[in-house]
Amino acid sequence: MSHYVSKIREPLIQGHKTYHDITEDLSSPTEKAPGMAWTLGFIVSVSALSFGVFCILWTIWHGIGTWNLNRTIGWGWDITNFVWWIGIGHAGTLISAILLLFRQKWRTGVNRAAEAMTIFAVICAALFPAIHVGRIWVVFYFFPYPNTRGPLWPNFNSPLLWDLFAISTYFTVSLLFWYTGLVPDFATLRDRAKGMRRKVYNFLSFGWTGSAKHWQRWESLSLVLAGLATPLVLSVHTIVSFDFATSVIPGWHTTIFPPYFVAGAIFSGFAMVLTLMLVTRKVLKLEEYITIGHIESMNKVILVTGTIVGVAYLTELFIAWYSGYVYEQFAFFNRALGPYWWSYFGMMFCNVVSPQFFWSRKIRRSVAWTFFLSIVVNIGMWFERFVIIATTLARDFLPSSWSYYSPTWVEIGIFIGTLGIFFTLYLAFTRVAPVVAIAEVKHILKSSGDQYLGGHAHHEAHGKPEMVEALVEESASLHGGEGVRIQSTATPDDMNLLPGMSDHIRQILSDNGLDSFASLANVQLDKFRGLLTDAGIAAGDSDAGKLIEQARMALEGKWDELKDLKDKL
Amino acid sequence: MANSQDIIYGIYNDEEDLLRAVKMANSEHLEIMDVYSPFPVHGLDPLLGLEESRLHITGFIYGALGTLTAFLGMTWIFTKDWPQIFGGKPYWSVPAFIPITFELTVLFAAIGMTVTFYVINGLGPGVVNPTIDLRITDDKFCLAFDSSQVAADKAESFLKSSGAAEIHSKTI
Repeated sequence: MSHYVSKIREPLIQGHKTYHDITEDLSSPTEKAPGMAWTLGFIVSVSALSFGVFCILWTIWHGIGTWNLNRTIGWGWDITNFVWWIGIGHAGTLISAILLLFRQKWRTGVNRAAEAMTIFAVICAALFPAIHVGRIWVVFYFFPYPNTRGPLWPNFNSPLLWDLFAISTYFTVSLLFWYTGLVPDFATLRDRAKGMRRKVYNFLSFGWTGSAKHWQRWESLSLVLAGLATPLVLSVHTIVSFDFATSVIPGWHTTIFPPYFVAGAIFSGFAMVLTLMLVTRKVLKLEEYITIGHIESMNKVILVTGTIVGVAYLTELFIAWYSGYVYEQFAFFNRALGPYWWSYFGMMFCNVVSPQFFWSRKIRRSVAWTFFLSIVVNIGMWFERFVIIATTLARDFLPSSWSYYSPTWVEIGIFIGTLGIFFTLYLAFTRVAPVVAIAEVKHILKSSGDQYLGGHAHHEAHGKPEMVEALVEESASLHGGEGVRIQSTATPDDMNLLPGMSDHIRQILSDNGLDSFASLANVQLDKFRGLLTDAGIAAGDSDAGKLIEQARMALEGKWDELKDLKDKL
Repeated sequence: MANSQDIIYGIYNDEEDLLRAVKMANSEHLEIMDVYSPFPVHGLDPLLGLEESRLHITGFIYGALGTLTAFLGMTWIFTKDWPQIFGGKPYWSVPAFIPITFELTVLFAAIGMTVTFYVINGLGPGVVNPTIDLRITDDKFCLAFDSSQVAADKAESFLKSSGAAEIHSKTI
């Protein structure tokens, strides 16, 4: 339906789904009784949540003294966890907004769950500043409202206040974006439901009808919200980094912080999305919607952002040395070789070394490896925040006030509690809403479903030649000849059966009379490359050579091997 | 809906059948009441004569309102209502106002646009719209005529010739 998709692009929806199959597969998890895995997970999550609530109440009742913070180290696990959770929240908006603007279709498989994750992670994050101020009952003093104290306003020049605005805006916009995407899917659930369930989903779906004008406005709204959310997501972690960068603490007072924090946030966010999605797709049997291709795409993002983070670490070290500023030099010497050396090396290994495994295609496409490495990255990014916060504060300007910090059971309990909150909300979400966006997946079915792409389309077509001809005509008349998905079988040999073939190359070949496997198999490599280069395709020797090799295989009838090749692509 | 409407509608199994039917209806000058689909069908809007949505313009206006609220608000507070010196900076420290101004611009635009979207579509919590066919949110595409605009027999014969899989009439 939408724009043209290359035939060699990996299908995003597998299993030859129809629209109705998509509805069934994605709605059914909300309609069936939960399985054993879900129930166990929910019990564990709610237990963690309950312990967290207990620890928070303990903190509020007895005061911040129940934590191990001291005069030197005023920020410990609380702010570490805050920044960690906010960072995790970033992947959702990145997937839903930035990938929408870049027209990355693979976002549809994971955007719904990632956005939900964003919202839940921001809830967990917001908890920490609220309790760490000590007197949570007056936390509303943060907001600028006309009050009887003057009115006394908050300090708008303070990064901590910017943070409040950034995070509340981020939460609100993510929630609106997420819910607007959910409305048509709630309508789908409503129309399948009966009785009380139908009433509930009717309320949640806001009376959605599916009218053409509504869809038009819905798409317009999604696009503008994506356009707004893109700079927003970059601003949020930028402002979080200002909490540190605008202070005059050596090791914090650096201009590299905003981009480095944003890259780190996306890095950790994708790791958490992968951790969750790998479990979700297994438990809810969504492997045909969240494919290995989706996992590979996300692993590529992890590789890129992990490498950016690595470069940022090394740049910091270089600048500390090159600046000639002894306090900065000491701060970094202290991070690597001071009392918290273990967290520094943990961070370096988890964030810089571990994502480099993803250079290997095999590892990128391995579920077990991805799951393992995603957890390693989550741990690494927690270490990063701990290194930046606690390690730096532990050694201040006066050696007499140097200190060491380790958390009490209350602080650990609150962290476990936020994990509990996060997973409880996520598990509840999988029961109430479709984890994969139904309408959006249907929308990309005809451009990314496996039956419409590559050799599969051909095999199906072979069965009913007259139908294919009819479809080609129909499709051409509808789209003005553009984006014809099912190829005519009129050519002597169907070049699309070769795994490396694209429409463009096929066109070039047929223009030059190379329309059979035999002719392609016997063409000289140089000549073939020349043809491609003339047509503006930058093909390496190996690409052109592979096509010729594949033509030879086709000529010899090695279809099984070709099919294997195709599946690997 | 205040008044009940008699409608006659055809159900199509594929969006391409639907698009073809809409084209046919246009060439026969039949006035289409509405088209319903389980997902946005691209290429449909120009055929139905729908103008581009102006929702993004409202977004700009709400955003500008947010910019002004934040910037003028902070300016008034720190220069008139309660001037204070922070870190030896001027009262009117514009660079420090940028983050909050940006956040409120985004916040106003997002909330304003979303609320406008639901209001102009007549959607919202508790709204119950008449259901034409339960399968429209699943896998069917629906082309509906209002019987007061297009005579029922004319609509029916058109739907038949346009390749509709099913034809129904209903009062909503």
